[in-house]
Amino acid sequence: MCFHDSITSCMLTLTWVLPLASAAVMMLFPKDRSGLIRWFTLTANGINLALIVLLSILFIMHPPVQTGGTQTVLAFSANHAWFPLLNIRYHIGVDAISLSLMFLAGVIVFCGTLASWQIRERTKEFFILLQILAAGVFGSFISFDLFTFFVFNELTLIPTYLLIVMFGSGRKEYAAMKLNLMLMGGSALILVGIFGLFFSSGIHSFDMLELSQIHFDRSFQLWAFPALFLGFGILGNIFPFHIWSPDGHSSAPTAISMFLAGVHMKLGSYGCLRIAMYLLPEGCRPWMNVFLVLAVAGVIWGAFVAIKQKDLKYMNAYSSVSHCGLVFLGLAALNSIGLRGAVMQMLAHGFIAPAVFCIIGMIYTRTHTRLIPQMSGLMASMPFLSVCFVLAGFAALGLPGMAGFAAELNIFMGAFGSSSLAKVGAGLAVLSIIITAVYILRGVNAVLHGPALEGSHQLGDATFAEKVPLVMLLSCILVLGLYPGPISTLLDHAIQPILNNLNR
Amino acid sequence: MDSMTTLASYGVLILPLLSFLLTGLWLGRKNWIASACTATFLMGLTFVLAVILALGYRTQILLHPELYPSATSVAWEHSWMTFGPGLAAHIGFYLDPISVMMVVVISFISFLVHFYSIGYMKGDKSAGRFFPLLSFFSFSMLGLVVSTNLIQTFFFWELVGAASYLLIGFWYTKPSAVAASKKAFIVTRFADAFFLMGMLVVGTQSGGFDFLHVNDPAAAVILNRSVGTGMFAFNLLSVSTVLIYLGAWGKSAMFPLHVWLPDAMEGPTPVSSLIHSATMVVAGIYLTARLFPLFAAAEGTLRVVEFTGAFTALFAALIACTQTDLKRILAFSTLSQLGLMMLSLGLGGSSEGGAVQTLAYTASMFHVFTHAFFKSLLFLSAGIVIHAIHSNDIRDAGGMRKSLSWTYAATLIACLAIAGIWPFSGFFSKEEILQSALKGGHYIALAAGLLTSVLTAFYMSRYFILIFHGTKRSHASEHGHDAHEGILMVLPVLILAVPSALIGWLGKDFFLAHILPYTAGASAAGISESHESGSFSWLVPVTSILIMSAIGAGWYFYGRKKWSAGFSEGQEPGWYRVLRNKFYVDEFYGFLVRKVAARFVATPANWTERKIINGAFDETSGVFRRLAIRLCKFQNGQVQVYLSVALLGLYALYWIGRMVH
Repeated sequence: MCFHDSITSCMLTLTWVLPLASAAVMMLFPKDRSGLIRWFTLTANGINLALIVLLSILFIMHPPVQTGGTQTVLAFSANHAWFPLLNIRYHIGVDAISLSLMFLAGVIVFCGTLASWQIRERTKEFFILLQILAAGVFGSFISFDLFTFFVFNELTLIPTYLLIVMFGSGRKEYAAMKLNLMLMGGSALILVGIFGLFFSSGIHSFDMLELSQIHFDRSFQLWAFPALFLGFGILGNIFPFHIWSPDGHSSAPTAISMFLAGVHMKLGSYGCLRIAMYLLPEGCRPWMNVFLVLAVAGVIWGAFVAIKQKDLKYMNAYSSVSHCGLVFLGLAALNSIGLRGAVMQMLAHGFIAPAVFCIIGMIYTRTHTRLIPQMSGLMASMPFLSVCFVLAGFAALGLPGMAGFAAELNIFMGAFGSSSLAKVGAGLAVLSIIITAVYILRGVNAVLHGPALEGSHQLGDATFAEKVPLVMLLSCILVLGLYPGPISTLLDHAIQPILNNLNR
Repeated sequence: MDSMTTLASYGVLILPLLSFLLTGLWLGRKNWIASACTATFLMGLTFVLAVILALGYRTQILLHPELYPSATSVAWEHSWMTFGPGLAAHIGFYLDPISVMMVVVISFISFLVHFYSIGYMKGDKSAGRFFPLLSFFSFSMLGLVVSTNLIQTFFFWELVGAASYLLIGFWYTKPSAVAASKKAFIVTRFADAFFLMGMLVVGTQSGGFDFLHVNDPAAAVILNRSVGTGMFAFNLLSVSTVLIYLGAWGKSAMFPLHVWLPDAMEGPTPVSSLIHSATMVVAGIYLTARLFPLFAAAEGTLRVVEFTGAFTALFAALIACTQTDLKRILAFSTLSQLGLMMLSLGLGGSSEGGAVQTLAYTASMFHVFTHAFFKSLLFLSAGIVIHAIHSNDIRDAGGMRKSLSWTYAATLIACLAIAGIWPFSGFFSKEEILQSALKGGHYIALAAGLLTSVLTAFYMSRYFILIFHGTKRSHASEHGHDAHEGILMVLPVLILAVPSALIGWLGKDFFLAHILPYTAGASAAGISESHESGSFSWLVPVTSILIMSAIGAGWYFYGRKKWSAGFSEGQEPGWYRVLRNKFYVDEFYGFLVRKVAARFVATPANWTERKIINGAFDETSGVFRRLAIRLCKFQNGQVQVYLSVALLGLYALYWIGRMVH
């Protein structure tokens, strides 16, 4: 280590303190200084992203050596007593899975800030809430104490509600309430599971790494696993509990749609892997077939429903249902290729869906519509945005060279190398790439191609502030797709303890 | 491999990519001429490197069978992603006779098409967008043919599809072009899903994706087993190879997945030329040839290949006789020729064994080779005709012989080549295909091949005579002149005329000596022997006479009796209408997609999503809301109600307490 451990763990803590502190500072700003507020948020998030990049570089230079056991070895870890009475600890650290998701979150938050540049009303409230949301997510990804994890996770819900109600469009009250009710329902299940783990462990601990060494009673595992997996699965967009997401995404402002699809959902699938599957391996095996069926159903269902959508945001939201289904398919493969594919798909979808939402938002600010039939021939008036849309569309339909393909390839391969049910599921899921092509090309062709609309030449192309997030997101998609070797190796190491625990 | 050859092999891939990046990100937006010249120059350089590579390959590998018994080598390989022990994906450069042959052909034709496009795109305001895409298309195809493993093949396979989507829909304001691009992508994507599935089965079950591994007889032995039970029992090898073949089926536009190809001519003509000759459609043939040893080991797979090929060849040739759109006629002729190539590959499933297998395989690759030249020539010259008459319709052409004299001569050569007249290139390759069908005892395939040849000769003479002979039928055709089109467009056509005429005669011996699948039991001696005995069979004069008479018939009807291209309104017989409407396959798909898939799958799914799944949530929350409204009634501000409820509660508590005790 070239840095002292305590410095790096402080840096890790800083990733959630910084957004929260910036929110606190912004409360003191006069509310009419919206320019200042925007730049302040952007700076804070830029520093935070730089911090994460620095941590990633340190991580790649000295990756923690997994011992081959069942306990994950963390980098940059710190472990302090927080609430000793209940043995709640502030235990943080990262492995390759959580760090790559941290990087994803950092990029999305930064890009989301830029995508919200045109917000003119109640700017202060918007950015304060955004920063609290970000703090919750960063905190969750680094927490290895179940209780801390849960607290951070809950921190994200209320700002999401307020942001949708205050800054959203369409049926925003309904959508925000639906989103919150569903996610709260998920949280209730998670809470039950967490307390179950706490009391059944016999050591009264919330610490994930300690709990991973406990051999839980089989009957306990059989009821706690579905509670936890489903609780996180709701957040992770599992069929048929995905219904909060299309309404939520579509009513939310651009940055929040990006955040929900890119980061928040990943928290759900991350919880499924890190908590439900890692801690309850014996409950996992019998239940996984059920979730496998749900996953494949989601993959195909989402794609078919996406074909019928007229609203671009709804189309992308259902596309997310389909792509998140692939994450669960990868998890259900229960082998290293599948699990790795699931994490890569979290990253891939985490970059692709926000890129599409970002572009849709930018098109909306120009055309004031998101309805596919009302648009045509935008390529002529906004070439840059159109090229980005085509690229993001290609990424979403799994074109090789883009992140989606690298992930899907792993998921399908993992599932083909697994149980016979998984093989059948994979066979069906592969067919979804046809339907995906249909709805993506339908959207792209109808919006960008065809004769240009009257007066559309005045609409204007992307501004510099809009180009930055698009270029960033597309670069991430391309790098992950063209050169997935290094990250897949890193992920392999991080997955090994989880897999060892599953095979115990 | 010396360093020169290795460098050339890198360059062959890097230069087109560089051309794409350079012209796409930088030059194309400002100055289309600069971007056109850069792209053309870099493609020219790619061709030079391809030749260097081919020469290096010949001197160092091909002529040293003692070192390289199967004439196969991997120039370089870089890891892309590792999945598990043995399971890895690489990006590499595979050297064997067919990959080197394809690299030379693709870079040559792509260079000429780039060159031609400078003239063709002149005056088009989106020309700056054209060249990067064209280079990307060539890059993807080059990457595909040099693949060392299935994943790399699939990788570039999809890129070829994406590039063709962008190029077919190049004129994006034209609704027909947009529809055609979408159709091309989705139809091929449909096939690709099965390819992906088959590839994953083969890779995961045999333990590797490398062609050297997969084509090894040992892999076929591992795969050759029965899986599943009862009704669902199937042979893994046959099923997985047919799944992979389905990918080739779509890309090479075999019936009934052929529908995208005729529509693909909505793109600019240089693109059609590239799609139809060296890139895209040949990919499917190439994949089948690449996996030939695996396919040949599978029970029944090559029969499927043979029959799809034979059917498509005949089916498309029949349709081609009735079309009136210049490019559409050529598109159906491509379908028909692709059918012949597939058919020939399928003949390898013969019980005769090694000799016929290799002859048929060689014939197919030879036909890919010769077809590339004369088909790109036909499209490029059609582009000149279209520019001259400002129409795609053959009924607007006519009598262009004088004004387009250079194009006339070049097209004549190409027509004779595709019809299969000695000594033009098509004669040799087509003759070999028919020979191997005869030798293998595949009489159905032989009949289909013969009939296709006759029909080809007929519709090509119809095409040729209606364009260049007779009287001028439209105002625009009065003024067209190939000198007006400039040397940029005519020169590539003239250059292509040389190989179209001669390459069959020159290349025949080379192909017979060197293009062979590395299957067990196939030896170079066996092939030349079979060829020697075959070349004097009765088939050659018979075919030649049939073809000559078909050309004669074409000349008689369209030249002498001056038939027009179609029937006039109301006089069309029913069978002709069926042919002209391409057997209504497009209409059938339209029905399937709009009426069946949309109405019975997507719409009900959407309804269920809204009414049932979301409805369940709304209902549940509605129950709670109504319950809450009921409970609110107690909170009405009246002290009497509060007091009575409180007393009731106290009484209830008392009772509960007693029961617990």
